[in-house]
Amino acid sequence: MLKTMLKVNDINVYYGSIHAIKGVSFSVERGEIVTLIGANGAGKSTILNTVSGLLRSKTGSVSFLDKPIGSLVPHKIVAGGLAQVPEGRRVFLNMTAEENLEMGAFTRKGAEAAESLADVYMRFPRLKERRKQIAGTLSGGEQQMLAMGRALMSKPELLMLDEPSMGLAPILVEQIFEIIKELNAAGVTILLVEQNAQMALSIADRGYVLETGRIATSASASELLNNDAVKKAYLGG
Amino acid sequence: MSLVISQLINGLQSGSIYALVALGYSMVYGIIMLLNFAHGDIIMVGAYAAWFVMVRLSLNPVLAIILAILACTVLGVVIEKVAYTPLRSSPRLSLLITAIGISFLLENLAQRVFGAGAQKVPALISGPAIEIGGQRFSFIAMVTIVVSVVSMALLTFLVRKTKMGKAMRAVSEDMGTAQLMGINVNLTISFTFAVGSALAGIGSILYSCAYPQASPTMGAMLGLKAFVAAVLGGIGSIPGAMLGGFCIGLAEAIVSAVGLSVWKDGVVFAILIVVLVVKPTGILGRAIREKV
Ligand SMILES: Nc1ncnc2c1ncn2[C@@H]1O[C@H](COP(=O)(O)OP(=O)(O)OP(=O)(O)O)[C@@H](O)[C@H]1O
Ligand SMILES: [Mg+2]
Repeated sequence: MLKTMLKVNDINVYYGSIHAIKGVSFSVERGEIVTLIGANGAGKSTILNTVSGLLRSKTGSVSFLDKPIGSLVPHKIVAGGLAQVPEGRRVFLNMTAEENLEMGAFTRKGAEAAESLADVYMRFPRLKERRKQIAGTLSGGEQQMLAMGRALMSKPELLMLDEPSMGLAPILVEQIFEIIKELNAAGVTILLVEQNAQMALSIADRGYVLETGRIATSASASELLNNDAVKKAYLGG
Repeated sequence: MSLVISQLINGLQSGSIYALVALGYSMVYGIIMLLNFAHGDIIMVGAYAAWFVMVRLSLNPVLAIILAILACTVLGVVIEKVAYTPLRSSPRLSLLITAIGISFLLENLAQRVFGAGAQKVPALISGPAIEIGGQRFSFIAMVTIVVSVVSMALLTFLVRKTKMGKAMRAVSEDMGTAQLMGINVNLTISFTFAVGSALAGIGSILYSCAYPQASPTMGAMLGLKAFVAAVLGGIGSIPGAMLGGFCIGLAEAIVSAVGLSVWKDGVVFAILIVVLVVKPTGILGRAIREKV
């Protein structure tokens, strides 16, 4: 079995003339939880969207399970087993919870999708209760669960989460991180983007610190938790 | 009383054609935020296609109907692929100007190929008047209303229940996230144009039954009125387009019934102005979300 799941090598991403990502390289090994931390505007979402194929890098390469994916369209990348829970959840507000989940399984056949749906409902019983409800009327926490469940519908090998704790009460944040750990234990490799560095590092194996489009530091999560510079910048002293 | 009913039927007949055409405007706007002003000219192409198949190729009306609807569908998708897809990330104004350009192109092309004068479209559908409760109704009016209602019911089913229909809703709500779900956005947009154009094709056939003439600019006014219907119902909303279409048809019928038929077109545009001033989102439209 391949060990390296995702390999990002020297990517440079631009928004028009803005050079947002400057020569970033990193990797995620199978079974890991890797976190990408950094301040607002550091470029975390840009990296995830580049890996997902929504944005293109001018240089370098992105490979997933040893296959180059840097020039694939997003739906091919999802079909290959790489899903993203986007920043701000982005559930389809005018569709029901269950329709949202169905969209997550878009690349899969009917029987497989039904199986995934049963799995997701098992993991998120709340979503099953709310399955006929319009997603726009779900609470923030429920929407986050829906966004995660929706990404799981494609049965990804690698799940990328962009700030899943954003805007949630502390108790819900705990719950979300608990679920991320469970998913990882069930065999899903995780790439977690967070501003809540403390929480992210507490469940991660390794971390990368991103500063204005560049990787400033990379180390094991425990080292980063004790790194003075990181403590100062991201862990509140 | 019978006059009221017959005017009502007239209104429903033209209203259902407006509704069919308005659906294409609304669906396309919903998915790529484009007011596709070439949409009305699809109707003209449908009428010429029906005329061509019957008069030039001397084939039967059933084939003419099928081929005309097919021609509209293919044309809609070709326009989207050739003219709109390359502009997907351009400013919306470029897209709008392109749509107007395509409209002129189609009208002038038709004039070049078929001449500026009208061509008489032979009867595509015919049948005896239908009598309900002592009142006689024109066969074509009844067929028009029934075909439109059935088409709209099928469209509603498509959009609500099928995988492709749900993809259309997802893409129109959030294109980026739809891509992250594994939805093929290009295919979904083309499919939307195909469905919208097929509905315009059906509208074109029904219109040609009522007014059996094909002329290069016939789609312009019809298209504009359907556009007003889409705005009235709430552009981007499918039930809104249906409702708007019927409202416009009935409004015209009422104006004619009170003897002001010269004001028919004026009233439609007065409705547009009132809607834009009073409630720009239309009857069933949602507040416009700026897309990110
Ligand atoms: N669509 C865009 N157009 C222009 N610039 C953009 C766009 N999106 C992001 N940027 C810029 O690129 C940089 C990186 O943005 P990005 O969203 O990746 O940051 P982030 O680390 O995810 O921030 P946050 O924690 O606030 O989500 C920022 O300077 C941002 O202003
Ligand atoms: Mg971000």
